[in-house]
Amino acid sequence: MHVAMHMSDGLVNAPTALGFGLVAILGLTVAAYQARADLDERTAPMAGLVTAFVFAVQMINFPILPGASGHLLGGALVAILVGPWVGSLCIAIVLVVQALLFADGGLTALGTNITNMAFVGVFTGYAVARAMRPLARRSRAGLLTTSFVAALVNTVAAALAFVVEYTIGGAGGAGLGTVFTLMVGLHVLIGIGEGVITAATVGAVAAARPDLVYLLREPAPVVRTTGEGVAP
Amino acid sequence: MGAGHAHPLYLPGVSPVHRLPAEVKVVAALLLAICVVATPREAFSVFAGHLVVLAVIWTAARIPPLWILRRSVIELPFVVLAVLLPITGPPPTIDWLGFALSEPGLLGAWNILVKGTLGVLISLTLAATTPLPDLLLGLQRLRAPALVVTIATLMLRYVDLIVAEARRMRLARLARGHDPRFLWQTGATARGVGALFLRTYERGERVHLAMLSRGFTGAMPRTVDDAPTRRQWAAGLTPVAAAVLLAAAGWNLA
Repeated sequence: MHVAMHMSDGLVNAPTALGFGLVAILGLTVAAYQARADLDERTAPMAGLVTAFVFAVQMINFPILPGASGHLLGGALVAILVGPWVGSLCIAIVLVVQALLFADGGLTALGTNITNMAFVGVFTGYAVARAMRPLARRSRAGLLTTSFVAALVNTVAAALAFVVEYTIGGAGGAGLGTVFTLMVGLHVLIGIGEGVITAATVGAVAAARPDLVYLLREPAPVVRTTGEGVAP
Repeated sequence: MGAGHAHPLYLPGVSPVHRLPAEVKVVAALLLAICVVATPREAFSVFAGHLVVLAVIWTAARIPPLWILRRSVIELPFVVLAVLLPITGPPPTIDWLGFALSEPGLLGAWNILVKGTLGVLISLTLAATTPLPDLLLGLQRLRAPALVVTIATLMLRYVDLIVAEARRMRLARLARGHDPRFLWQTGATARGVGALFLRTYERGERVHLAMLSRGFTGAMPRTVDDAPTRRQWAAGLTPVAAAVLLAAAGWNLA
């Protein structure tokens, strides 16, 4: 058995799928614009390699229960390591490639999948990590706790986004309560696994190259300009 | 360069479908999937019609149906939901082997299964007939942001390398006495993922420097630029027209 979160075609109706397709395109455009600021002129090669990393990581299977394995989704991981804009861009590109080349996740579900995992998931995870940043900077245990909680919340938030989409245009005959319990219950379990692995990974990166952890970076120093003719 | 040119679902060929520009195929596949999703679930026979449209494409592309069917057994992630729907759905119910199955639930499960399966078949057809470089060029011509296309290009160029590196790291762990069983493999594997990130990131820095030294200005140079002809668009969109008619017929039936 393989636990995945990629929605297939037919889970939500056509108007909902198209609506979220537009949301995804809009989000991608904004993320592509904002990502430039985070990576300065190294943007493309670095982001390309980080995306390849996410893709490779999703191929490493972890045991969940005997007989069932799952893989890291990596939303909170990339948000903590490379920031939310580059992170969401990476996850979105992974999803597009998986849908177009690997038949993983439906083509019409691409919009909802990108919205859930690349935007809702990554940004909620990053918001949690950002809120806990003082703790993360204080000690290694704090950083691990922050990563764990961010990954857990990220996974559950992505599942909740699915429940919202199902409410708007669900194509099945299931009661909302059932879907909610099933999705949230399942993803709390997945999220705990995701949290443990994310924490261990961030811990390993922070031990070797703390300067690469986006969350721990100090804000860029304010450039003071003096003299005339400089716009405020 | 051996890496980054083929992907596991590609079936090499020279059929008319293979030769269609990638952007035509991407648009056609997307529209076909939308038609399938927009078909009302009660129009059972229409879904058979959609399958016939796909079968015609497979014949034109010289893809053996068995080749496609064997690969369509990709895990259906939401099968759990589809199985639960008939059991937990609202009344009225019908009796089946002593189980009381909900009728709307059954319809819902059918809806997810048939549309999900047809969707996978459409994606497989696209993947089987489109090599990587074509797809990237197609995305570029479909006006995907240049940055996105460049990232995707580099990602696909390096993904095999990174995956192979992950495999070598696992072998190295095994050679040093790591026992990958059940939960206690998590710690070592996750630290391996951390190390993989560092190696990937540092490789990215090297790749970037190498690209700069070869004149990289922030955008990939365009090598070929011949837009698809009107005839190619027409050929690609013919199955879509059939699917639109089918979906419309479905709405009249329902």
